[in-house]
Formats: sequence, structure tokens, C-alpha cells
Amino acid sequence: VSSAELTPEATRRPFAGRRVRFGDLLLQLVAGLAAAAATALVFLIAWKVVEGARPAIVRYGLHFITRDVWNPVVGREAFGAASFLFGTAVTSLLALALAAPLAIGAALFLTELAPRVLRAPVTSLIETLAAIPSVVIGLWGIYVLGPILAQHVEPALHSAFGFIPLFGPPGSTGSSLFTATVVLTMMILPIVSSITRELFLGVPRELKEGALALGTTRWEMVRGVIFPYARGGIFAALILGLGRAIGEAIAVTQVSGGGVGIHWNLFSTGDTLASKIASSYQGAATNLEEHSLIYLGLILLVFSLLASISAQWIVRRVARRQGVGLSRGGLG
Amino acid sequence: MSTHGITRADMHAVNLPRRRATNRLMEGLAWLAAAIAIGFLVLIVWSVAQKGASQLNLDLITKTPATGFLAAGGGGLANAFAGTLVIVAIATLIALPTGILVALYLIEFAPASVRSVVSLALDVLNGVPAIVIGIFVYGLFVLGHGQSGYAASFALACLMLPLVARSTMEVLLLVPNSLREASLALGVARWRTTLSIVLPQTIGGIVTGTVLAVARVAGETAPILFTSSLVGTALHWDPHHALQTVPVAIFELSESADPQDHARAWAAALVLLLFILLTSLIARWLATRSRRKLSTSR
Repeated sequence: VSSAELTPEATRRPFAGRRVRFGDLLLQLVAGLAAAAATALVFLIAWKVVEGARPAIVRYGLHFITRDVWNPVVGREAFGAASFLFGTAVTSLLALALAAPLAIGAALFLTELAPRVLRAPVTSLIETLAAIPSVVIGLWGIYVLGPILAQHVEPALHSAFGFIPLFGPPGSTGSSLFTATVVLTMMILPIVSSITRELFLGVPRELKEGALALGTTRWEMVRGVIFPYARGGIFAALILGLGRAIGEAIAVTQVSGGGVGIHWNLFSTGDTLASKIASSYQGAATNLEEHSLIYLGLILLVFSLLASISAQWIVRRVARRQGVGLSRGGLG
Repeated sequence: MSTHGITRADMHAVNLPRRRATNRLMEGLAWLAAAIAIGFLVLIVWSVAQKGASQLNLDLITKTPATGFLAAGGGGLANAFAGTLVIVAIATLIALPTGILVALYLIEFAPASVRSVVSLALDVLNGVPAIVIGIFVYGLFVLGHGQSGYAASFALACLMLPLVARSTMEVLLLVPNSLREASLALGVARWRTTLSIVLPQTIGGIVTGTVLAVARVAGETAPILFTSSLVGTALHWDPHHALQTVPVAIFELSESADPQDHARAWAAALVLLLFILLTSLIARWLATRSRRKLSTSR
């Protein structure tokens, strides 16, 4: 700043308040515009997706959700989301059920049990799992995981638990909802575990040591101190993991085999909302099919909005109650 | 999972050997969970390395896919590597400055109420499934204009923006306030303080965040399917037209019936995986370095 800016008036009234500088205004304006654009982008996404789906919304309304049909044949077209909603619900809920104990166990290992030299490398290894592109996981799912599951795991599960409809007759190729579930488990495990690890690290040391000093075993300390303290955050992490599983398209398309129809057999093929959209990328047969595909995308968008907003709501509530910056821990 | 507190029964009625056994069991399960997580990583990386390495040669990067009935399955994926390079570069050019500006506004200028609204929007944006971003950009640019590299770049930029903004915000928060105050006390204008005193402190963190974001979107398939996937086999660099990309190529080859296509898919997956693992490693190294520097300067 040159001394020329020190005008006589400013020297006479040194506490006249902050001067408004052109540069300040400009930077604030440009940065503010960028922030406004980022916020507007969310609304633009919602608007464009609704606009693309509108003809299908007008045609089918909310009944779209409960119709179990997808017939693109011109002249007798009929579209509905029910079987894809079902596939999404089965695969992502099961994946979450498998990933949650693994992720929480791994996070406990990293924060409480692992020898100090192992902590940093194992943490990075688990985070590396999250960096593997879904198309690579899908490729592995088709040619490595699928055949293993179809030849060894599915027959074993069928013979042991065949009375449960989920474990029906095994498929032959490995393309199944079950393979999709395992692939999704692998994809959300590192996300949930890295968030829960940060939560566990945030548990005050004196609480943990207090419990141990009272004579609890380590597991009793975990159950009595760590879990209650981190409960809200764990719940938020699980919601985010579920959101990720619901939205995953490519890997599921590659391994789930596709198909329309609601059935309880995990070892048979199926489609989720996201995988149906991805597998139809080479063009829909008719305009109505395209609008219906975008309608599926709209349902996905609603799910992801619900997941993000409820997770953030929980995180902010917990942060306010505990007065710590949980949200800085990678929940973004 | 039970989350109620420690009851009297836990402490007294249950005998100590049994409590110790439960503890040991649970500790064992936690070790097992971590081992399974790492096992997944090892399994994937090992399969890709094993199946990809034998197919890996210079042709993959230098030659375009062979065309014609008899030549099916031959050649390389040069067009895909070129396309990924162009599309990711343009996406970075869009997302990097925007992300930094958003972060600057939120940390340096915005009132608390605005900050919480915009950062919620960033979180929501981060949670939007990639395939929905693809549909969005399809409706925004592709309908009526056709697919293009630019459309794919914009889609990837939407995915990068929250990542870059979030990581920049985190490092901006680490810059000590005394630095800002010292600069302002010397009479330096606020905008100059922000751009030439605060921002340079955060370069390390911004680079880390950007590299991680690049690693993430370079492997994205879903947003590109609708924006830049209907392509030929010729090598070209012009983002006005649809460009082939490595993830989409892997996706298409993996669904093909020809075993030779699978081999090329594995080789391309190996190259993509190596790129992503290397960039993440570099990013992590940069992150620890810059964080150490910032925390000592405090």
C-alpha cells in the first residue's frame, strides 16, 4: 500500500472505520459469485433432472414407483421403478449390514488395538481401497469375484440356509445381486471406517482412561464409553455409506446381470435404480423410455439428498452438543 | 450393536475370566475386520496386477484399437488415454479456481449463516451420485448439441468442485489468524492480505486436495457414459467432439464377449490403478509435509 493512500482526512480520523477498497469489493464479489454458483448448481441439477423426467412424471405420476414392469417395445411401452427400487433396497441394505460391523471393527482396531507402527500404514491402505475406481472393482467382480462366489460361496449358503428365500438356487455365471452386494460392501467399507475412525479418535482420552481405571476390560470400555459417545456420528456415517451404495452405478451394472422383476433370490440376476440407468446409456428405444430412465435418476437424487441432509443434520447436532468440530473429520 | 452403558451386572455378576474371554473375542474380531478390509485391497490389486501385467506393452498407450472384422481385439487404447487426459485437464481448469474461490469466500468473507448454507450445498453436491451428474449434464448440454469432451469435463468438474473446496477450506482454517492480523495491521488491504499472504500458505493443501480430486475423477465412468461415450476408434484431441476415456473403455471391454478385449481391459485397469495409487501416494506425502509446515509456523 503506497503512502499516497494515507489521505489527510484519514490521518485526522484514524478510527473512522474500515475504508471500502475497490480490490476488497472485487475479490468478495468474485468469490461470492463462485459460492453462489456452487449453491445454484445443486438447484440446477434438481431442476434439470425434474425437467428431463417430467413427461414420465406426467404419464405415470407416483404409480411409477409401485409398477413392476419395464417394456420398451414400441406400441406397448410400460415403465415402472418397483423392481429396481427393490434391487436397490436389497443390495444396499445388505451391503450396509455387512460393511457396518467390518468398518466399525476396523476403526476400533486402528484407534484402540493396533500397534503404533501399524496405525498409519493400515489407515492409508484402507483409504486406498476407497480410491479404486468402481469400473476396476466391477471388472474384478465379473471375472474374479463372481465365479468364486457362484462356484463356492453360493452353493454353500444355499445348502445351509436354503430355507430362507434370499439364499435360493445358485446362478451359474456369478452375475447376481449377491455379487453386487459384496462389491458394494467393499466400496462403502472404507468410507464408513474412515469416518468412524475419526469419531473414535475424538473420544476424550480421560473418559476412556477413567473407564479402564475402574477396572473395565477394553471391550467394556468400548461398549460403555466409545460407542455411546460416537453414536450419533456412527449413525451419520452409516447413512452416508448407504447413500453411496444406493448411488453406485457402474460396478453394480457390471456384476448384477440385469433384468426386471421382483424376486427374493439373491443369487439370481437383477438391477438397481443406478445400474439400470447405466446399462441403458447407449440410448433408449423411445423418448418415453428415456424420460422414465431420468425418472429413475430423480428417485436416486431424492435418496441422495435425504442421505446428505440427514447425515449433516445429525453431525451438526452432535457437534453442537459436544462442542467439537466433528464435521472437520472428513464427513464432507 | 448394544450401546447402553456399563451395568452393575457387567462389573460384578459376570466373572472375570468370562469378561476377559469376551474382551479377547471382540479384540480378535476387530483384528479380523481390519484384516478383511486390507484383504479386499490386496485381492483386487493382486488380480489386476497379475492379469494386466502380461498384457501391458507400449502398444496399449501408443496405438489405437484395431478395426475391421479380422483385426478385432488388437491394437491399443491410445484414443482413450488421450481423451482422459484432455477431459480431466479441462475439468481441473474449471473446478480448481472455482473451488478455491468458494473456499476463500466461505472462510475469509462469509457470515456464519451463509457459510452454513453454502457448505451444506457442497455436502449435498458431494453426495449426488455420479450417474445423476451424468443425467444432469446430458439434459444441460448433450440434448440438442450432442456429446462432447467439454460436457464430460463439466460433469467431472461438478464432482471435483466440492472436493477441492472442502480441502482448501480445511487448510485455510489452519492458517493462523495472527498472520492475517499482522498483515492488516501493516495497512495491507484485505484482498491483498488474502491473495498474497493467506493463500500462499495453503498451496500445499490445495495441491493435495486437487491431486486427490483428479485421482478420483480420472476413474469415474458414470458421468461420462451420457456425455462422451459414443465414439469411434480414431485418436483425436478435440473436446468439441465426444472423446473416448479409459474408464469407459474398460467398461465396454469388460462387457464384451471377446477374451482378447478382456485382456486389454485388465491392462488398461492396471495403468489406471497405478496412476491412481501413485497420485494418492504423492498427495498423502504432500499433505503430511504441508501440514507439518503449517503447524510449525503457528
